[in-house]
Amino acid sequence: MDQIKQTCLHDKHIALGALMSPFGGFDMPIQYTNIIDEHNAVRHDCGIFDVSHMGEVLISGNDAEKYVQHIFTNDIAGAPAGKIFYGMMLYPTGGTVDDLLVYKKGENLFFLVINAANIDKDFDWMKENSKGFDVTIDNQSESFGEVAVQGPNAEHYIESILGIECHELEFYTFKEMQVGDEKILISRTGYTGEDGFELYGSHDFTRSTWDKLVGSGKVKPCGLGCRDTLRFEVGLPLYGDELSADITPIEAGLGIFVKVDKPEFIGKDAIVKQKTDGITRKIVGIILDDKAIPRHGYDVEVDGKVIGQVTTGYNSISTGKSVCMALIDANFKKLGTAVQVRIHKKLHSGVVTKKRFYEKNYKK
Amino acid sequence: MAKVIEGLYYTESHEFVKVEGEFGYVGITDYAQSQLGNVVYVDMPEVDDEVTAGEEFGAVESVKAASDLISPVSGTVVEVNEALEDAPEKINEDAFANWIMKVKLSDKSELSKLMDAKAYEEICK
Repeated sequence: MDQIKQTCLHDKHIALGALMSPFGGFDMPIQYTNIIDEHNAVRHDCGIFDVSHMGEVLISGNDAEKYVQHIFTNDIAGAPAGKIFYGMMLYPTGGTVDDLLVYKKGENLFFLVINAANIDKDFDWMKENSKGFDVTIDNQSESFGEVAVQGPNAEHYIESILGIECHELEFYTFKEMQVGDEKILISRTGYTGEDGFELYGSHDFTRSTWDKLVGSGKVKPCGLGCRDTLRFEVGLPLYGDELSADITPIEAGLGIFVKVDKPEFIGKDAIVKQKTDGITRKIVGIILDDKAIPRHGYDVEVDGKVIGQVTTGYNSISTGKSVCMALIDANFKKLGTAVQVRIHKKLHSGVVTKKRFYEKNYKK
Repeated sequence: MAKVIEGLYYTESHEFVKVEGEFGYVGITDYAQSQLGNVVYVDMPEVDDEVTAGEEFGAVESVKAASDLISPVSGTVVEVNEALEDAPEKINEDAFANWIMKVKLSDKSELSKLMDAKAYEEICK
């Protein structure tokens, strides 16, 4: 068992009295006060998350663009510097190695942001698949800190409290800027369905950013508990729940991020086959008639037959409804299909619905 | 500091029972609600269900996790606290006032196996 890691903000979480729990190999804050208040702060005002556990990998070299096109499902060809893409790395089977963000920093220079639990696996995968490419793959995960500042007032607080100009950034773009004696990176991205930003920099920069925003009393420290309820409500996937080595992006309903018209990428053949032949399983949304809570792994049934399992479920904080995403037999994927979820031995009825249980409020 | 009330009986799994005559009101303790966080659903038994001391009779769910409810007593459920169906958060507001089920006790001698307030306070430390 590897020793559990700490982020550069660990002592601050302890000082705030956070409930801590292991996540992705790190000892992370689940909540500071309670999940509902933290969730609502992000929906209606502003919250800050320590996401320093995320991994960062810099890809450079003459073949950097060609290489990223090879391992990544989205199409970055010809993109301007400052643009960000969401997509996946796939196995040849079409199963998912990880979902990630690719930041184009410049010609043949890319910054990849990957899931904490997958850092070692992804880095190995990137190296294994770099043969024949003139690239340098640099795992910089340990030198970066990262905070996500999320909510409708995020722009205002970043500009007024940190003095970092960000209103001109469009959704899924970033800029690098000088702050003190270091270059930091700020992007208009997030994982909550709200407008917001992510700031990458040294541990010192991350600590001082945290102190200024939290110390202002305006920006609420938010734990991974509400990060999950927020992303879930707007239908965003979590690797391990809605995506895995066993679940393809097509099955997860994320085909828009897989560009099969690209000449080549790992997993393309399997994806093309799935798109041609159709899929046998699909991630759908289910809304229950009552308030019982469907949780990861619970069975979904129709007429006494198990047709799949819940991937993530909650009593949605923003809507009050009990809802879940579930990977089910594609024969039952049609919206409005009556299904049941087995919760504490009892069957609870619901219907198949869209995965977006709450509308996103991105600033585009 | 979690509240503990004198005169109630307690379990190690953090349920309480308040006895009135031949009936017992069963719920979770203030300590239990503080550990669970926001309660968002209570899976309650039905009236006329038989419950057995030491066995599961339902669950309390917070945003993040489900926690089984273990009955401190045996008997027949005569009432469930229906207010919790629409407002499970009442358990966070006052866990002792918001009992989950009222049981007609079949064996009052079972109460001697439960903890009193003083003993329960010790295990919450």
